Amino acid sequence: MPPVGPRSGDAIFANVERVNAELFTLTYGAIVRQLLTDLEEVEEVNKQLDQMGYNIGIRLIDEFLAKSNVSRCVDFKETAEVIAKIGFKMFLGVTASVTNWDADGTCCSIVLEDNPLVDFVELPDTCQGLYYCNILSGVVRGALEMVSMKTEISWIRDMLRGDDAFELQVKLLKQVPEEYPYKDDE
Amino acid sequence: MGREVSESCVDSLLTEMVSMYCNRLYANKPELAASRIDAIGYQVGHQLSERYTMERPRFTDHLDAIKFICKDFWSELFKKQIDNLKTNHRGTFVLQDNRFRWVSRMSLDPSSENGDLSQENSEAADESKAAQEPNMHLHFSCGVIKGALHNLGIACAVSADTSQLPACGSSLIREQWRTQP
Repeated sequence: MPPVGPRSGDAIFANVERVNAELFTLTYGAIVRQLLTDLEEVEEVNKQLDQMGYNIGIRLIDEFLAKSNVSRCVDFKETAEVIAKIGFKMFLGVTASVTNWDADGTCCSIVLEDNPLVDFVELPDTCQGLYYCNILSGVVRGALEMVSMKTEISWIRDMLRGDDAFELQVKLLKQVPEEYPYKDDE
Repeated sequence: MGREVSESCVDSLLTEMVSMYCNRLYANKPELAASRIDAIGYQVGHQLSERYTMERPRFTDHLDAIKFICKDFWSELFKKQIDNLKTNHRGTFVLQDNRFRWVSRMSLDPSSENGDLSQENSEAADESKAAQEPNMHLHFSCGVIKGALHNLGIACAVSADTSQLPACGSSLIREQWRTQP
């Protein structure tokens, strides 16, 4: 019998295939480094990282829905909590928290205090404008778009720039109503 | 036990990195894309072997270093060892992994889904592209091995043989050893 209700992030993470995080961290680092060499413009690197993330997000959402067993979230607040508590945990093994809600509940911050992407990372002065973790914002944006939510995501705090945590501001632009490709029997 | 992440993270990252270089940055220059992917792998291998050999005595000879790659290094990355190691005793080693994680889920048969004759051309194009992708992924793994061995003081060239894909994973051939002084 399938489990009833959503599974906790810890439980899912314990059951998925896992690999040593060094490989992941160093591979990402090598990609960023190569992009900086190939593209010259830091802005362009940010764009490519975001695009990579977006492409990953639109595919990763399927695995997320299949493994987490979460049902439809009632509002954007619940969505944000699910991303922070289950999404980040089941893929990266870390939990994030959700804060800084605006009054109408369409904009919040996801705060990451622990982030495997930046283990061993230090940015040289020449990379000032670089959003090193831009792939993460792309993933979240891509995944949300697949569940009918258009969002705009920006970095508010970045530990590589001297802040005390990573803070992603997620702004819900619009919720596209789901359209079914078929008609109900009349 | 060190920190871990879900395997999908690494898989997605590699897939997307290959697709970025092959389809966006160097869409018409596969050799350039290949060299960049190789360079990324090299960097990763170089750093990983540095970390994994931190508390080991120096390797006494080449074979010792190769065995380290086949056993410890491979186990760290794939939780399994290389299945078969062959050498001609003149500097060429063949490492074979019968179920190579990074390509074992790729298919080399793109024609099975599309039976429509009118799309023959696009089908042919798809086919060449699909045949290219696992090769592009293998540039990464060749780079990783090359970087790891370079870090152990062994200059070498690494190439991959995909003739047995997908049934048999991949084998990796090393050649062109630099003669020792």
